[in-house]
Amino acid sequence: MAHYIMKRLFTLMITVAGIAVVTFFLSLVVPLDPLAAIAGPQSPPETVERLRKLYGFDQPTYVQFGRYVERLAEGDLGMSFQTNRPVLDDILNFFPATLELATIALIFSVVFGMILGILSAVYKDSLLDHFSRIISLIGVSMPVFWLGLLLLLVFYFQLGWLPEPGRLDIMLIEPPRITGVLLIDSVIAGDWEVFWDALWHAFLPAVVLGLFGLAGIARIARSSMLDVLSQEYIKTARIKGLSEYLVITRHALRNALVPTVTMIGLTYGSLLEGAVLTETIFSWPGLGRYLTTAFLTLDLNAIVGGTMLVAILYSVVNLLVDLLYAYLNPKITLAQHDA
Amino acid sequence: MPDAATKALDTADMRRLRAQARKRYLHDSYVLWKRNPITVTGTLIIVFLVLVALFAPWLATHDPYDQILAQRLMPPSWDNLFGTDNLGRDIYSRVVHGARLTLMIAVLVAAISAPIGLLVGVLSGYLGGIVDEVLMRLSDIFLAFPKLILAIAFAAALGTGLENAIIAISIANWPGYARLVRAETLAIRNSDYIQAIQVLGASRTRIMLQHITPMCLSTLIVRVSLDMGAIILIAAGLGFLGLGAQPPSPEWGLMVSDGRNYLVDQWWVSTLPGFAILIVVLGFNLVGDGLRDILDPHQRQS
Repeated sequence: MAHYIMKRLFTLMITVAGIAVVTFFLSLVVPLDPLAAIAGPQSPPETVERLRKLYGFDQPTYVQFGRYVERLAEGDLGMSFQTNRPVLDDILNFFPATLELATIALIFSVVFGMILGILSAVYKDSLLDHFSRIISLIGVSMPVFWLGLLLLLVFYFQLGWLPEPGRLDIMLIEPPRITGVLLIDSVIAGDWEVFWDALWHAFLPAVVLGLFGLAGIARIARSSMLDVLSQEYIKTARIKGLSEYLVITRHALRNALVPTVTMIGLTYGSLLEGAVLTETIFSWPGLGRYLTTAFLTLDLNAIVGGTMLVAILYSVVNLLVDLLYAYLNPKITLAQHDA
Repeated sequence: MPDAATKALDTADMRRLRAQARKRYLHDSYVLWKRNPITVTGTLIIVFLVLVALFAPWLATHDPYDQILAQRLMPPSWDNLFGTDNLGRDIYSRVVHGARLTLMIAVLVAAISAPIGLLVGVLSGYLGGIVDEVLMRLSDIFLAFPKLILAIAFAAALGTGLENAIIAISIANWPGYARLVRAETLAIRNSDYIQAIQVLGASRTRIMLQHITPMCLSTLIVRVSLDMGAIILIAAGLGFLGLGAQPPSPEWGLMVSDGRNYLVDQWWVSTLPGFAILIVVLGFNLVGDGLRDILDPHQRQS
């Protein structure tokens, strides 16, 4: 196991280095546009030229890359043109909101995805099974941004059942920032009004964001449950006279969980992705919206820093999932012992 | 020469048997396809999309770019089946023309990223060693980014526009294919017939081009068709964010975004183009879902 972890960590390091190269390449593809943006559209070529020197864009590529790596090593991601603050501060500022939203969405998709998947395996080919298959297919086919708009239209504008886009009611004051996650900060501050309001505001975006993951989890849960249910030891358990409920909860479920855990990890990664669109629609002040604005305004440092952080996070999550999978599935390590 | 005659007969026999087997396989596939209402529905949706795209100019009732400001934000009616948008353009005609864009994006992304994935995968799997190591680490790096984020990043960096969006999505898409083809190549590489050709003195290029590539194609094609829905969703997402197709193009994602400000009182502006995205993506995913069953050997035996 230790050997496996070391090997994976090494690969992760190579990947992170590669991520830095790709993001640097991104900044190479756009060198002139941000300069024109800073200088203004009407500025004479000489001004742009001077700016290019100032930002070091006139240097050979390898010199630029060296400088870039140097800065990264110091944890300096540069200044955002848009907010006029260091990109790293911006990211740390916006990230907790994304984490909060993605976690609630994950809980939603895991709970309902598992229930749906397991039930449709147990009652295979029943009406419920078909219904759940169709729900999953619609879930993966749904343009997130469109679903978000529709639900906002119905539940906020028309019915008024759910709160306006945003993270908190305007009339409420945010608790002192400790973790940046409102749900935690409000508990620490003992401000339950804020807690419930924040949860209420997160409800719709989390459902929209979680729907995609729900579909995938339901599908994997169903197929792995079906696999397990067809095995000999389940027959044995049934012959022993155990109730169907016990067979499923005690014997089948545990083994069916292993592939599902992998899927849950992958879902967490894809939630980061979906957050870009969901946050834009629900005015959620998270990393996704920060990134989108950066992309649209060609805020180069923010693009590079934000993309890099998301990619590193995504890789780390994937690594953790693989490790968890190896831990949960003793066959992998056993096979190594036998060999 | 009797030997040559028997051999010729054998080849002819082989060819006939092979043709029969292929026919039976196709027939079985057809039966499985027909048995599954999900696949049939999906196929019908895709056929419908292709027909709409082909006949867009005849199906459209208005010019998709024609702005009649006096008739802006009109609700759906017989004149304007899906209503009009904030510039008085007929939404139905725009959705119909948008089918062309959607189909074009999906086809072009597949046409760009699948061959790259095929090339990288075959090279990496067959040559092995340092080539394999370098190419696979490279694809690892691209796989380290969530697809949508990578596509957005490249779309923004290359400059907004439909062509760049297509390139950006392709950049995000090829590593998955390379992985798949590599795995397939590794499985084929050590098979007897490849070794036999090697002994006969075939060059590496010849083996890769004529003997390995064709064997990888079917797996790759299936995977690409499974991905079609996801590709369309990413393209629509880029359009929605303003990083894909640019106004006045009738791209569906962009049209949803156009209607955002009129959501409350003029629901049709955003809703109908978005519904088109849902239906088309659903069509591809339904077929993909059925395809999985059709190609599953377990299903075939039953």
